Amino acid sequence: MSEQVPLVDYLVLGDDPHLVAQECARCGARFFDRRNACAGCGGPEFSGVRVATEGEVRAFTIVSLAAPRIPVPFVASVVDCDGTSVRANVVNVEPSPEHVRLGMKVRLVTVPVGTDGGGTEAIGFGFEPVDTSNGAREEG
Amino acid sequence: MATDDVWILGIHMTKFGKHPEQDTVDLAAEAAMAALADGGVSMRDMGVLAAGNLMGGPGAIGQQLQKQVGQTGIPVYNVANACATGATALRTAVMALKAGECDLGMAVGVEKLAGAGLLAGANRRADNDERWTPRGRFGAVAPTDGRIGTETMPGVFAQIGMEYGHRYGGTSFELFARISEKNHAHSTLNPLAAYSKRFTLEEIMGDVMIAYPNTRPMCSANCDGAAAAVVVTGRKLRTLDPDQRRRAVKISASVLTTDPWEEACQVLPNVNTLTRNAAHQAYEAAGVVPEDLDLVELHDCFATAELVHYDNLMLCAQGEAVPFFESGATWRDGTTPVNVSGGLQSKGHPIAATGIANIWEICHHLRGEAGDRQIPDAKVGLAHVIGLGSACGVHILEKAA
Repeated sequence: MSEQVPLVDYLVLGDDPHLVAQECARCGARFFDRRNACAGCGGPEFSGVRVATEGEVRAFTIVSLAAPRIPVPFVASVVDCDGTSVRANVVNVEPSPEHVRLGMKVRLVTVPVGTDGGGTEAIGFGFEPVDTSNGAREEG
Repeated sequence: MATDDVWILGIHMTKFGKHPEQDTVDLAAEAAMAALADGGVSMRDMGVLAAGNLMGGPGAIGQQLQKQVGQTGIPVYNVANACATGATALRTAVMALKAGECDLGMAVGVEKLAGAGLLAGANRRADNDERWTPRGRFGAVAPTDGRIGTETMPGVFAQIGMEYGHRYGGTSFELFARISEKNHAHSTLNPLAAYSKRFTLEEIMGDVMIAYPNTRPMCSANCDGAAAAVVVTGRKLRTLDPDQRRRAVKISASVLTTDPWEEACQVLPNVNTLTRNAAHQAYEAAGVVPEDLDLVELHDCFATAELVHYDNLMLCAQGEAVPFFESGATWRDGTTPVNVSGGLQSKGHPIAATGIANIWEICHHLRGEAGDRQIPDAKVGLAHVIGLGSACGVHILEKAA
């Protein structure tokens, strides 16, 4: 089996793929990259914490015009993962307003990005609908 | 000696659109010379210059402008605050006057963007590396824009509008398109707009989809343009001619805010809280309430953005932006006309010029010089811009008593 690397360093691969955030020891604010002091409270200490892998779509758009090599249309979103907001694509769903709903329940899945010249595969992430039969209730 | 009141003495915006024969300095100079002439003063009278240009490449626009219209040795502040750059330049000049450093100053914003296409984040690295190599703050082995959500402006602001709909309900593709329909209708009266064509709702909804629910005419138009304002202290203004005093417009509030930390604000920019904070400060400084406003120019970089700012600027009760729009309030014959210039969707959005051009629009009405699109008897107006990142500028302007 070929070697795999995560698309970003806050994605943990393996049997239980999940995201890791840097959490402020003082106020609990979470960040996906390094901070010298917490933007919320100024606290200087952080520790890595696991982010919930299920959440609900808080905002989305269906992007039809994007950077080169990005297949369109795709669904970009903000997912509320038990209080931690995560930017991600919604995947394994038809990219149309009829199939994506504000408030729909989603779960984290890994997504292949591509393989480099050395045979190493890069793996990204997205969120897919929990109930793939008929989407979720509309709240918007 | 510090002064409390600062006024717009002269102001100008160039025609927005395509200016292939003029470079950035030419456009800035055109706006600057016309603003000086409008105020009846010259470059030699200026005590400070604040200037902004985001996309023009190396070189300080303020000093380049001086070399084009007058090198008098005054301090120049080259400012950058994304789409709030023009408002930041104006605020910088206002602060110099309020600090008592001088009695006259100028702010200029200029951009050449015609044909620039889609504006996205800074993530431009090609993904054809031979080996995946983690780079940058997120240790990314490939560009994240498009793979981890979107960094394109139409997509970011689409989500901002959708988020409002998720919170309060009532939004739809058609509702956002109707906001754009209003602004394009308004633009038919603005000869300086880049686009002044009226679109039907069907045309707007049927146009090319950029990022749902924003179709092409619901996005701000990249174009060339410049705007400049000459500001004067009240003390100095009292020594000028009656006609200069009559046409002067009072800056009752000049506010700049940034986004305070909130959960999610580093994932999807929160353009709401900093706008609300700026509006609060501006209304308090000016001693006016939203009901006093005769017109508002707000940052409709996308149709989805205009809706949330009705709420953020407190033009309506919290959560009531949809019924507020549906009441017709924001059309030019409504109770709170919004973007009678046509807004960024039709007037155009030459980034660093926008935050002064919207002040020009308000001044034009307060002076009673807006011609066919004059809002009758306008006395108080508000101009708002957002630069993602984020910065918010709010200015409240009042007609001379």
